[in-house]
Amino acid sequence: MASSCEPSAHGAPAATPYARTLDCVHCGLCLPTCPTHQVLGVEADSPRGRIYLMRALAEGRVQDPEAIRPYLDRCLDCRACETACPSGVRYGEILEATRAQLAQTGSKRGLADRLVPFLLWHVVAHQTRLRAVFALLRAAELLGLRWLATRLGLLPKAMAAIAPPVPPARERRPLPTGLHKPPAGVAPRGVRVALFTGCIMEPMFGRVNRATLDLLLANGFEVDVPRAQRCCGALLVHAGEPERAKELARANVAAFADADVVVNNSAGCGCAMKEYGHLLDDAGGAAFAAKCRDVSELLAAHGLTATPARREQKVAYDDPCHLCHGQGVRQQPRTLLAQVPGLQLVAHEAPEDCCGSAGIYNLLQPETADAIGQRKAERLLRAGVDAVVTGNPGCMMQIRSHLRRAGSAIEVLHPVELLLPPAAASGPRSGATR
Amino acid sequence: MASVEKRLSDLLGARRVLTAPDALLAWECDGFTVHKARPRAVVLPESTAEVQAVVRVLHGERVPFVPRGAGTCLSGGPTAGPDAVVIDLARMKQVLRVDAEDLFAVVQPGVVNVELTAAVRHLGLHYAPDPSSQTVCTIGGNLAENSGGPHCFKYGMTQDHVLDAVVVLPDGEIARLGDAGGPRPPGVLDLLGVFCGSEGTFGIATEITVRLCRDQQAVRTLLASFASMADACRAVSAIVHKGLVPAALEILDRATIQAVEASVYRAGYPSDAAAVLLVELDGPPDVIAEEADEVRAAFAAHGALRSEEATDAAERKRLWKGRKGAFGAMGRLSTDLYVLDGVVPRSALERALDGIAAIGARHGVTITNVFHAGDGNLHPNIPFDGRDAAETARVVAAGREILQLCVDLGGSISGEHGVGAEKLDHFGMMYGAADRDVMARVRAAFDPHGRCNPGKALPSRGACAEPAKWPQMVARVLDAERPQ
Repeated sequence: MASSCEPSAHGAPAATPYARTLDCVHCGLCLPTCPTHQVLGVEADSPRGRIYLMRALAEGRVQDPEAIRPYLDRCLDCRACETACPSGVRYGEILEATRAQLAQTGSKRGLADRLVPFLLWHVVAHQTRLRAVFALLRAAELLGLRWLATRLGLLPKAMAAIAPPVPPARERRPLPTGLHKPPAGVAPRGVRVALFTGCIMEPMFGRVNRATLDLLLANGFEVDVPRAQRCCGALLVHAGEPERAKELARANVAAFADADVVVNNSAGCGCAMKEYGHLLDDAGGAAFAAKCRDVSELLAAHGLTATPARREQKVAYDDPCHLCHGQGVRQQPRTLLAQVPGLQLVAHEAPEDCCGSAGIYNLLQPETADAIGQRKAERLLRAGVDAVVTGNPGCMMQIRSHLRRAGSAIEVLHPVELLLPPAAASGPRSGATR
Repeated sequence: MASVEKRLSDLLGARRVLTAPDALLAWECDGFTVHKARPRAVVLPESTAEVQAVVRVLHGERVPFVPRGAGTCLSGGPTAGPDAVVIDLARMKQVLRVDAEDLFAVVQPGVVNVELTAAVRHLGLHYAPDPSSQTVCTIGGNLAENSGGPHCFKYGMTQDHVLDAVVVLPDGEIARLGDAGGPRPPGVLDLLGVFCGSEGTFGIATEITVRLCRDQQAVRTLLASFASMADACRAVSAIVHKGLVPAALEILDRATIQAVEASVYRAGYPSDAAAVLLVELDGPPDVIAEEADEVRAAFAAHGALRSEEATDAAERKRLWKGRKGAFGAMGRLSTDLYVLDGVVPRSALERALDGIAAIGARHGVTITNVFHAGDGNLHPNIPFDGRDAAETARVVAAGREILQLCVDLGGSISGEHGVGAEKLDHFGMMYGAADRDVMARVRAAFDPHGRCNPGKALPSRGACAEPAKWPQMVARVLDAERPQ
């Protein structure tokens, strides 16, 4: 499998992005897996075309980098091409390095190009500020200002379209930091894990973080929630700001220094953290990367000890790109969901195709993201399910939004929400011990 | 008068007419990366009417043009020169009609080969020609190149599966070639037969009617490994001499096996074997059960190290995966890959492979082989670094000698990849000046002004009178600006 954790086909480990472009022999087997090529039908909007353009850029054959930037900007970085590539091209690395290079040299960058990295760094990467922003958003919504803000152009239309309502304060409350032990009556496993809580997951899907903690505790894990953890930096890497991403990565390496296993419930963050070895290019980053696990990986490897609550539903599991293509995790969530009593897991068309969320892609490239998201919703609705399950906050928002636009009210859930045993699903949650 | 680009933009909208030179780099080559040229512009039509309108403008302005599908061609066919406009058909990907009763489908040229089968699978039907790039390549490109594939040994090439085509001729007129209704009446010229395999030089097919085949009742896929390539080739001959017509007979050599096994197309082929032979049988279950026994007997008689059979669809997919992904997997060996396409009589396979190995040694290049053994269609692969002009020249020279060897053994210079830009210099190995002139007259009947994919498929007059003056491709490579 083309997990980006594999060594490259040829070239030393520290091969440059340029050397990585040479792995491509222009066979084109990536084309049908690329969401943007599927909806746009343009060679330069395909992985093969983009690699060719990035190679030409590195070779100094591109006169005006701004002429090729739209094609690179339109890439979702979903890595479906890496799964398809027989030559083992590490596309994500090439793209991220090229974006960083263009971010340095770009002269004609618009307001949005400057604003996005600014917000990512000064707001998203600072959890207290992010919390304050969401509190304001919630207040604005309660006052009916969302509509007004959209009309006045203060809230980008694309964001207004995809963002579900901000949940009430009690659902945005951060998880108590420190060590949590399994509640009375649950046999401890003697395995301690550290939980990564993410940036956007907390204010938008606090319920998922709580479910993750409860699920781990109910299954006998001891769970540490380190206070010093920070945003994973994935969005900054994608936006071509690797230096700031490195700062966050170093903070996380330190925050989780004592942990043997770092578990996360967000495919995008998990993929980025598994690539800290490449990002930081040091042993600390590589050691951190090696102990990262998606929550489904961890639970599938250890096995569930608490039987999930019964749920008489037909659901479809949609693979987040950064879980299936980025981390090679495909079977584990399905194996776990198959253990939910009463649950019927049905197949739908192209579960590994991107939904168009891709970090903040749906804000930056709303038109393409809409075309891709609409296709995803159509495929899910054709499967006739009661709920959609996927393990990444961005995907959850994007899929939900496109289901709603298609007139469907079906739920979008995270796998952990379906795996909770009856007690943990309804009962009070244990508090931190320190 | 408005510029050509402006008039095209007026027709299709600015977003479907690409003119930024830097972006056009992406259309600089197909799978034959030796030959690179940036087009003047790229247009993205979506219907027959739009293709016609575009061609009319270009014809009126005397601008040459080149049709393109998915760009998986291996002979530089859809690579356009700096004066030409690429008419990219990738957005024309609708299956227009499926007739499950009379067993045909009407498709736009940008429909991907395997997508057509996916669209009719629920009816128990499929589209038979299956080039190794079938997950990417388009029906329009298949028609232009008369593409084959592993299953063509039994089912025939694209020409045996195309019934009718609506074609925008190089002057913008629309012609209908062929007839989905039935056999061609006596005295009517087989223009569709002429068009099929014309490598995009006779016009642009915009609606293509193809035959659909009923799925076979049963399929059996067997794989045997051999200690020598000679044993594998003899096993193939033995199978054919028994009177069997397997759906496919494919051989991969040791180096290909190793590359495949190191890639995502890992199929579990025994990596210690000198060759693996993949045999697929299809038909009524009891018939192919007997045939499978005969195939296994042929394996044993020729010293197979071991053999296995796929027991279900997933296993079959696994055994085929390596074969279908062999080209891409070779990318692990170097930065570029030259995929040759020569044909020899089946009885000459061993001699051809020995000769190819000797040529490789003489030029100091690595050559791996994966081929359709049933019909003697060789695909020697030469990995190389295209940035090294001297190495590229050696690779092209070795390629030329390999094709000469195929011709000398009674074969031909191309089974299914076409002449394109790649084999213009090799044309004279097979054809004399008079042959060329006949072909040129046929081409001129479709394209009197020579604006439809110029400089492809047929060398210019006089070129094949001097087949020894080679290799012009090398000269072009060495002359071209090579980025370092």
